[in-house]
Amino acid sequence: MIGTIRALVARDLVLAARVGGSGALSLVFFLMIVALVPFALGPDLNLLSRIGPAILWLSAVLSTLIGLDRLFQADEEDGSLDLMTGAPVPLECVVLAKVTAHWLTTGLPLALASPLFGLLVALDGTAMAGTALTLLVGTPALTFVGAVGAALTASIRRGGLILAVLVVPLMIPTLIFGVSAAQSATAGTVPFATPLMVLAGLSLIAAVVGTAAAAAALRWSE
Amino acid sequence: MRLTVTNLAVRRSGRRIFSGLSFGLGPGEALMVTGRNGAGKSTLLAVLAGRLKPEAGTLAVADVGEASLPECLHVVGHRDGLKGALTAEENLAFARDLLGDPALAPREALAELGLAHALRLPVSYLSAGQRRRVALARLLVCRRPLWLLDEPTAALDLAAQGVLAGLMARHREAGGLVVAATHQALGLDEARELRIERPEPDAPRVPRPGDAPVASGPGLEDWA
Repeated sequence: MIGTIRALVARDLVLAARVGGSGALSLVFFLMIVALVPFALGPDLNLLSRIGPAILWLSAVLSTLIGLDRLFQADEEDGSLDLMTGAPVPLECVVLAKVTAHWLTTGLPLALASPLFGLLVALDGTAMAGTALTLLVGTPALTFVGAVGAALTASIRRGGLILAVLVVPLMIPTLIFGVSAAQSATAGTVPFATPLMVLAGLSLIAAVVGTAAAAAALRWSE
Repeated sequence: MRLTVTNLAVRRSGRRIFSGLSFGLGPGEALMVTGRNGAGKSTLLAVLAGRLKPEAGTLAVADVGEASLPECLHVVGHRDGLKGALTAEENLAFARDLLGDPALAPREALAELGLAHALRLPVSYLSAGQRRRVALARLLVCRRPLWLLDEPTAALDLAAQGVLAGLMARHREAGGLVVAATHQALGLDEARELRIERPEPDAPRVPRPGDAPVASGPGLEDWA
C-alpha cells in the first residue's frame, strides 16, 4: 500500500515538474493579486499592513482554484483513472496520494513564498512569519475541500467555473480562521495558538472528509 | 482463476444496454465479445473492470484468494492510461508500482513488443500503434490472471498483431483468462464467442452530446 501511494505521489510530482502549469501558474496568480491590491488601495502603509494578512489569504484561496480542475480530469480523460481502479488499494488512498502531490506543488509553494509577497503589503517580520505559518497549516484544508469539487467535475469538460462555485463557499471557514490567526500574530487580544489550532483541526477534518467524499464522487461519476 | 457472470444487466443514463448476460470462464479460456458498434461491448468490459455498476446480476471470481475482481485484471482499451509527458519506461514502471505483483521489467516488456528503442522516448512522441504497444506492454510488467482487451488490434500492424496473438496464447497456457471485445479474428484458438445483440435494430435514436459513447438501444440477447 505504501509503495502504491509513493508511486502515485512520485508520478504526479514528475508530471507537475515536466508539464509545468498549475503549480507555477497559481504562484504567479497569487503574486498578481497581491501586487494589484496596493495599486488599488494607494500607498497607505498602515492600511496595507493592517489588511495584509487578509489579502494574502484571499489570494491564496483564489490561486488554490487554479489548476484544481485538472486534478482528476486529466486522469479521467486518458484512462489513468481506470488503471488506478485496478490498484490493490482503496480509491481513497489514490485520492489521498493525488491530493498530497497536488498540495506539494501548489499549496506548499504558496506558503513558502508568502513572506516574500508580504513585502508588497508592508508586513513586518512577525506578521510575515505568522501569515506563512497559517498558510502552511491552512492550505491543506483548501486543497482537500477543492478535491471534492474536482472529483465531482472530473467528467465535465470545462468544469473549472462550476468547481469554483461549488467549493468556494466551503472554503469560508478556513479563510475566517486563517485570517484571524494571521492577524492575532501581531495584534488583537486572542492568543496566536487558539485560531491556529482551529485551523489545524479544519485541515485534518478536510483531509478525512475530503478524501472520502472525493473517492465517493469518483466512484459515482460514471 | 475462475470468473462467473450471471444475469448481468446494465443501464447507462437511464437506458438499458443489455440484460440477462451470463457466461463463465475457467483457467486458460478466452472469450471474444462481438456485436455491432454501440452494442455494449466496451460497457461489458467497463463493468468487469469495476468502472460501472451493473443494474442487476452478479460477478463472481474464484481461486484468487482475497483479491476483488478489479484487482486481478488488466485493462487495455481505447483510453490507454499513458501519460504523454512520461517516457514509455516511466509509464510502465508506474503501472508496475501501482498494480503490484511485478513480472517483467519495463525494458524487457517493451522488447517483447518490439519497442525497445522507444524506452526513453516520451509517449507523446509515439504513433498510435506504438502507444497501443506500450499499453499492451503493461500486460507483461505485472502478473494478473484476467486480461480485458478492448479492440486490442486497433492501430496495430500485422507483425504486432502476431506478437499479440502469441502473448495471449502464452498467457492462456499459463492458466490466464482473456476477454476481448473485437470485430476481427484475434488468433485466439478455441475462443468462445459472446455476441451482444439488440433485438430491435430499427429503434433509431439520436445521441445527445452528454451520452455515454457506447450506449445503444434497449434490450439484448446473449448466446454464450
